[in-house]
Amino acid sequence: MGAYDKVLAARAKGRPTAVDFIKNIFTDFVEMHGDRRFGDDKAVVAGIAMLGDVPVTVIGLEKGHDLKEKVMRNFGSAHPEGYRKALRQMKLAEKFGRPIVCFVDTAGAYCGVDAESRGQGEAIAENLYEMMTLRTPIVSIFIGEGGSGGALALAVADEVWILSNAFYSVISPEGCASILWKDAKKVREASECLKLTAEDLLWLGAVERIIEEKEDFADVYKNIYFLLIEYLDKYYKSQEKDKEKLLDEMLKKRYKKFRKIGEVS
Amino acid sequence: MLMKDLFKKPGNKLESDEQKPKTPSIPDELCVSCPSCSKAVFKAELNESFGVCPSCGHYFKIGARARIDMIADKKSFVEHDAKLTSTNTLAFPEYDEKLEKAKKESKEREAVVTGVCRIGGYPCALFVMEPRFIMGSMGRIVGEKITRLFEYATKKSLPVVGFTVSGGARMQEGILSLLQMAKVSGAVKYHSDAGNLYVAVLTNPTTGGVTASFAMQGDIIIAEPGALIGFAGPRVIEQTILQKLPPNFQRAEYLLQTGFIDGIVERKDQKDYIARILKLHSRGVS
Repeated sequence: MGAYDKVLAARAKGRPTAVDFIKNIFTDFVEMHGDRRFGDDKAVVAGIAMLGDVPVTVIGLEKGHDLKEKVMRNFGSAHPEGYRKALRQMKLAEKFGRPIVCFVDTAGAYCGVDAESRGQGEAIAENLYEMMTLRTPIVSIFIGEGGSGGALALAVADEVWILSNAFYSVISPEGCASILWKDAKKVREASECLKLTAEDLLWLGAVERIIEEKEDFADVYKNIYFLLIEYLDKYYKSQEKDKEKLLDEMLKKRYKKFRKIGEVS
Repeated sequence: MLMKDLFKKPGNKLESDEQKPKTPSIPDELCVSCPSCSKAVFKAELNESFGVCPSCGHYFKIGARARIDMIADKKSFVEHDAKLTSTNTLAFPEYDEKLEKAKKESKEREAVVTGVCRIGGYPCALFVMEPRFIMGSMGRIVGEKITRLFEYATKKSLPVVGFTVSGGARMQEGILSLLQMAKVSGAVKYHSDAGNLYVAVLTNPTTGGVTASFAMQGDIIIAEPGALIGFAGPRVIEQTILQKLPPNFQRAEYLLQTGFIDGIVERKDQKDYIARILKLHSRGVS
């Protein structure tokens, strides 16, 4: 499969979206709404759920399934209030000691007049800034499209995992082709150049793990469930005193991980 | 610690002591035509007026070195990491040529110049982005240099003053450039958590991944008059919504009105403004 085939697979009709992952991996999900500043962005689904027998905060960029729902979800492109809603839930997760699991699937943060006037840049910047020192483990899972800053705003995480047919890129292949070759049809070449596939991202140190896709997504959900339990286990098992030390180490490691991208010796 | 120690460069073998020659802020011809009012402006006159058109007040883009001369106290600027420069890690088509051209046009090795200086007598760390280097786009070296500067400033308890001008993340470095947004944000956060001041000065244009990271993370954010500041560029928005945008949309004046910046400061007043801000945060030390 070439890079562009993966891009198409990541965008394919009928591909499970964030709510499908939430429904199939967690139980007792209670959705929370609003950023307490402006409104409730339906491109972001956020709430609290149980992972096995422990509570976690779950946040997803949601594209919707049928056309009516897609429109309601703005096709998974969030406005500033969506990122602020996510951050609000992340801060609550920190307060109550809940780990955070994010599902990323977006073509990008929304480009529109309202989004700009309400500070799209500021909202994303705030998430990057706050997530770096949030004292609770964060796992971000790329399940479809990972479009630029709008995806990164939910992915300053301790662990970034990606499904084998998902991608993560600084710019859409279409955008890249039209800027570079003034020809949006050269998406195939652009997709290759951008090194946006799961394998490339693993090689470049942008993700920690690739989750293989199976014909039946039930296996994928089950796999993610066990991987999450395995990864978060040490945080649940630690005693109060050890936990602070563990979190200090986790934050150091989180900073170092991003610090080393593009490091020059 | 002695004051002069604040200005010692960090140990870095990539650096050399040689200072780069100054680059002119305005093209070499005697006269330039103002892109806004089309009137001919003498280069000497433009230098006098901080690169602002005497007829219509248009802000010419100015290079990093010219800006440093405008802001830093005379002979106080000591550059950091001057030799760091981008390489074509992803073997991206036409990127090598683009880098060569950028180096020639800007006479810089990267799209940002970093270092330490004094402003009105107050010591600070300073970064200034370079518009002639691939539109000030952020690749991994831009991210690395700014991250190093914030880490240095955190260690030395120095305030950071930063001038932004950028088209956003540098496409040719793919995911590596996108992740610089997170990297720099982390360095800004730790600098802030240690109680240090960061003043961001947004100049025309500041967009994309720079707006969505360190441009918007200042404790104090000011902008130059008329500067375009946004996440998505106006052309992208027009293509998305299929409508013409109002003329002041995403301009500094609009951001002041919507509450995203602290003030608009004319170029000629910026040095005094920043010196005053540094004084107000100096706890009596200078």
